[in-house]
Amino acid sequence: MSSIIIVILITLGTLFVLLAAIGMVRMPDTYLRISVTTKAATLGVGLLLVSSAIFFNDLSTTSRALVIILFVLLTAPVSAHLIGRASYFMGVKLWDKSVMDDLHGKYQKKTHVLKSEIDDTPGDNVMHDKTENGNEDEDELK
Amino acid sequence: MTLNDYISFVILPVLGFSILLIFYRFFKGPSIADKIIALDLLITTGIGIIAVYSIVHGRSTFMDTAMILALIAFLSTVAFSYYIEKRNRKK
Repeated sequence: MSSIIIVILITLGTLFVLLAAIGMVRMPDTYLRISVTTKAATLGVGLLLVSSAIFFNDLSTTSRALVIILFVLLTAPVSAHLIGRASYFMGVKLWDKSVMDDLHGKYQKKTHVLKSEIDDTPGDNVMHDKTENGNEDEDELK
Repeated sequence: MTLNDYISFVILPVLGFSILLIFYRFFKGPSIADKIIALDLLITTGIGIIAVYSIVHGRSTFMDTAMILALIAFLSTVAFSYYIEKRNRKK
């Protein structure tokens, strides 16, 4: 009986990990890849760890698996946010067909402060998109 | 088909194939952020492979390694993004 549950859980977990890997290759944009990493892979690894805890049926292994699941669930969003923020400052381009950019012009280049609206210091705002203004800013930087 | 056969001949090859796909992005990735994300996802997939491997071999001691890998993945991602952001702030 427990082996049937293990087979179901381990198959689902492997499928989620495989979907995360395919999305890693196929997604057109760094930010979309970050979203794939933080959702699908976390769920897949959690299912694999739960199946291993069911297989051993042991207090020490179950507690270890639960600790790893808790840690991955806690740290995946934090690391995804940090790397997304760093890549936004680094000037990683958005996808051509992405509809909107809520952070457009609201981050400051020098101080890295997030403002709630676009102020009148266009040289200090982080703007990277596919309009003409963004390209002019890049030319000034170079 | 026992559980061991299913895991050895179906689950582990699929996980290995996904590792290969992530390695493709790790080598190709246009920006350095892509490479860091690919490294993070490689370690996370490695945790899953360790869990599956401990089922195949029946040894629960491997889970300790998975716990340490989860710690190291978070630390490395935070350190990489911190230094990337700091490098750009100086410029």
